[in-house]
Amino acid sequence: MKHVIIGAGPAGVVAAETLRRHNAKCSITLIGNEGKPPYSRMALPYLLIDRIAEPGTYLRQSPGHYDDLKIEYVQANVAAVDPDKKTITLDEGAPLAYDRLLLATGAHPIKPPIKGLDLPGVHTCWTLDDADEIGALAKSGAHVVLMGAGFIGSIILEALVLKGVTLSVVEMEDRMVPRMMDEVAGNMLKSWCTSKGVNILTGTKITEISQGDDGLNVTLDKGNIPAAQLVVVAAGVRSNIDFLKGSGVETKEGVMVDDHLQTNIEGIYAAGDVAQAKDLSTGDFNVLAIQPTAVEHGRIAAMNMGGLDTPHRGSLSMNVLDTLGLISSSFGQWMGEKGSDSATMVDKTNYRYLRLEFQGDCLIGAQSVGLSEHIGMLRGLIQSGTHLGNWKQILMTSPHRISEAYVSTLHKNAS
Amino acid sequence: MAWTRKILRVNLTEGTCVSEPLNMDWALKYLGQRGLGTKYLMEEIDPKVDPLSPDNKMIFATGPLTGTCASTAGRYSVITKGALTGAIACSNSGGYFGAELKFAGWDMIIFEGKSEKPVYLCIIDDKAELLSAEGLWGKSVWDTDAAIKATHQEPMMHIAAIGVAGEKGNMYACIVNDLHRAAGRSGVGAVMGSKNLKAVAVRGTGGVSVEDFGAFMKSTEAGKKALAENAVTGEGLPAYGTQVLMNVINESGALPTRNFRDVQFESANDISAEAMAEPRRSDGKPNLLTNQACFSCTIACGRISQIDKDHFSVVNKPEYWGAEGGLEYEAAWALGAATGVKDLEALTYANYICNEQGYDPISFGSTLAAAMDMYEEGVLTKKDTGGVELKFGSAEMLTKMADLTGTMEGFGEQLGLGSKRLCEKYGRPELSMTVKGQEFPAYDPRGIQGMGLTYATSNRGACHLRSYTVSSEILGIPEKTDPLSTDGKAGLVKAFQDATAAVDSAGLCIFTTFAWTLEDIAPQVDAACEGNWTPDTLMEAGERIWNMERNFNLAAGFSGKDDELPKRLMKDAAKTGPAKGMVSGLDKMLPEYYEVRGWNTKGVPTEETLSRLGV
Amino acid sequence: MQKTLVIDPGKCTGCKQCELACSYVKEGSFNPSKSRIRVFDFHTEGRFVPYTCTQCDEAWCQQACPVDAITTDPVSGVKQVHENLCVGCKVCTIACPFGTINYNVASGKVVKCDHCGGDPECVKACPTQAILYSDVEQAGYDKMQQWAGKTDNAAPANSA
Repeated sequence: MKHVIIGAGPAGVVAAETLRRHNAKCSITLIGNEGKPPYSRMALPYLLIDRIAEPGTYLRQSPGHYDDLKIEYVQANVAAVDPDKKTITLDEGAPLAYDRLLLATGAHPIKPPIKGLDLPGVHTCWTLDDADEIGALAKSGAHVVLMGAGFIGSIILEALVLKGVTLSVVEMEDRMVPRMMDEVAGNMLKSWCTSKGVNILTGTKITEISQGDDGLNVTLDKGNIPAAQLVVVAAGVRSNIDFLKGSGVETKEGVMVDDHLQTNIEGIYAAGDVAQAKDLSTGDFNVLAIQPTAVEHGRIAAMNMGGLDTPHRGSLSMNVLDTLGLISSSFGQWMGEKGSDSATMVDKTNYRYLRLEFQGDCLIGAQSVGLSEHIGMLRGLIQSGTHLGNWKQILMTSPHRISEAYVSTLHKNAS
Repeated sequence: MAWTRKILRVNLTEGTCVSEPLNMDWALKYLGQRGLGTKYLMEEIDPKVDPLSPDNKMIFATGPLTGTCASTAGRYSVITKGALTGAIACSNSGGYFGAELKFAGWDMIIFEGKSEKPVYLCIIDDKAELLSAEGLWGKSVWDTDAAIKATHQEPMMHIAAIGVAGEKGNMYACIVNDLHRAAGRSGVGAVMGSKNLKAVAVRGTGGVSVEDFGAFMKSTEAGKKALAENAVTGEGLPAYGTQVLMNVINESGALPTRNFRDVQFESANDISAEAMAEPRRSDGKPNLLTNQACFSCTIACGRISQIDKDHFSVVNKPEYWGAEGGLEYEAAWALGAATGVKDLEALTYANYICNEQGYDPISFGSTLAAAMDMYEEGVLTKKDTGGVELKFGSAEMLTKMADLTGTMEGFGEQLGLGSKRLCEKYGRPELSMTVKGQEFPAYDPRGIQGMGLTYATSNRGACHLRSYTVSSEILGIPEKTDPLSTDGKAGLVKAFQDATAAVDSAGLCIFTTFAWTLEDIAPQVDAACEGNWTPDTLMEAGERIWNMERNFNLAAGFSGKDDELPKRLMKDAAKTGPAKGMVSGLDKMLPEYYEVRGWNTKGVPTEETLSRLGV
Repeated sequence: MQKTLVIDPGKCTGCKQCELACSYVKEGSFNPSKSRIRVFDFHTEGRFVPYTCTQCDEAWCQQACPVDAITTDPVSGVKQVHENLCVGCKVCTIACPFGTINYNVASGKVVKCDHCGGDPECVKACPTQAILYSDVEQAGYDKMQQWAGKTDNAAPANSA
């Protein structure tokens, strides 16, 4: 059996490892295209602030890891997939045959149609090369404009501030992290960042960037900011699916997969940022471009590729963010859904927030600010669908007692 | 090290919270908690001050070992001029609050002045602020605890609060932390109430360090081993709690019954530890659910009880059906033997209410017993009691009076005066079983002679915890003495008093001394703290503290004449038991005590004594 | 033989000696808020529950770590955080459905129970044997694992 995995991010690497764990003999080829060992984009902000060197971003630390597991790691760009011949076309060399194919090509950052985004000094922060270039420009005292205060933007935000730059953040939505947290939390993050000297402009659009004498002139739809030495674009990501055109593999936002992470074509699977897979909370199929989902997908897709029937119940949306020391997280249906009960605790003075969403006596979503102890329990409760019983009523008025509720119900279930 | 070296000074009049450094010169002489807190109080207030006036101060003080892994090292004390007594008050409590204060980075809090409106102090690590308690005023301790945790959404917070009793000036109101641990005696809760301070809420996330970790781990481990291997601390207390004493003391003929009319209670076994552990006839379940430890304590003598849901006291009150703090020996005695009530469930309920509304069960039970005595003598009538038949032995009356005293309503308001004021009010002061205004605990001085001297000379008024000679006279720890003899008791009491003062100042629980002597404690203190701490220097610190407290009382207007016991103990002989025919031999012991203390015949420390101790 | 912490809440008195021992060994001072084991207090039930990492087989924390900073000790099966590799991204803290790997603000890294390298301090400190260090085959542990299975995406019967 010959397995080919396109993409050497977390989904691809975990898939390769999982395949090997269950079958010592099969052939596994892992295809990357950045000329680097498989690494983690999650780690780039830490590279940017020199907390780690480049090897610290690598997904696996053992030097001979892929060789030891007899995973053939090759560098190539995949141009096309031919399901009929069961081959993939590479940008150079002969086509590569497969028995099972995993699409784990990830995503790429969006550059919105704004004039000037192709100027030197405008960068996305997505690859090791990007990090190098941003690092060179984000000098202490420089004025840097960050476009987008979504999840990725907010992760980069901290690194830029730690580099000592003067930072302006421009977000077109009405708050920070609008797809991760509600108004209360988003605005709490904004006021926190503002108090730390970051200029956060929400509800504001960049309309044009041009080269000026003092640097890049960033034009906004309202207000002005000084010329910038660097503009970092974090306006969202999109699945890498262009190479599938004409292959017959069904795509929408990403590659459509079933509840075994298989595409519409037998033997072709998808995982990670490229896969449009089941969301545990809603049952809908969408792209959930987060690290834990990539790992889950990689593992489950590999099990199925290896012949071990393993259904995918759906992945849970979740994020954790550290914005200049303020930790926030969100899980599942954090915005609630029809008929759900909402319990909230807001302490603006101390930057603490907890919102729980229940359907019946089950937790279906949560978001927190300023909470770092036991936050995984929120995932545990949502994902397991644990019935909280009497604790639900307690939590409605005292959401902060969630960890007690968790341990209490866990132990009742376990004993 | 060990000390955080920081004091929080809270001026309630001004509404300010200020950090200041701990006076380390004093710390090296008075250690911490009881000793050091008293030193600060001594330096900062006029001992003649009205305890309930804004001029009185109130100090929450931890010990240097508080917050460490030394067994029982979670204690704090509240030091003030007592509302009940007008003497120095120092009430010690366990639970988790004291350790949490230390983790927040504070050795002590000094409260001064009086807030115009109800407030509570909220401490989150180094941040301290006074917040409005207007929404909490009128709430019980338990409701206050829940409300503050909900307000701050901080389940790990530890809270010390007063209930309605403290707000309304019950003279023996206490300060309750962690729901059922209390700085219980002398009316420290009334002082807190007089300052319009409802609660102190603390969350601490810092650490406590010690001077020499290696030596500290070694000595504390040895200490824990000794506790585990000792019959009292390793078996008796965890299994039965302090209630293990009920039958023992009764058999010794020293269980004060019906306001000290008798020295044995015919129904002692019904309210004993053994009874708590046995399945009830009513529902087949035992009263005792489990035991609980205070912070860092490897003994775990605390009781967690559950009342029979069908018992009359709770049948219509589901809020009391859960597990709560159960009966300790002193409470079981005061609510039971002292009042002649033998209904264990009723006692448990009354004990809940004492915790919930924040008042001392010892003083309450004793005051109620005095009221019953007056009722049976015809001094009090139904007109006074609001129609209640205040007879010895009525469980319904006990629970009703507990409720009324908690909220200071009806006759409860009278009971809230304490036994001395109540008996004086009705013209029968001799029926008040008190010293310096504080009610006796659960040991009859006719059956345990050393306790007579203990009560008479206790600096905070009648109290067993200032020199627990029961340990020697009944349990034979550290060596057996004859409970019926006065010989050698003066020296015994002095030694216990001084050693206890040292233990109370270190951050440790006095119950460790069933297994530990200062030989066990000194290495733990010495490893944790700077300074040279040996059994001798600890004993000397204890003696220094004792004399300082005595000086406070003398300056407050007390004299040797107040080192006395009520007539009943001096004139009415024990009717039954081993002490049958005996009265207290205080008159024999007291002069000898003054002498061994280095005090003159009027009970005043001599210049020589004070200068030897550096007071 | 792999060993695990076997916790019997029925024996726990709530003294927190385990938290003190853990924080002393791991953080160098007595500080329950930094302990890897925490005692939960259900006071109206009279129940105390020491709670820490179960070192689960398919460790979510380990799988979610983007930089390979969490590894399994081949002998003990313990999941260890390598401080030199951990970047402090906290993904493991939301991935672990037990909430037993937490971010330590002071160090900027995550922390979890590692059985103190095979000689757990909490076990030695517990005065009532409520925490034991025993062979993996223990009923309570198996049940915890089953519950853990409910949070897994893959059907447990088919998983590794």
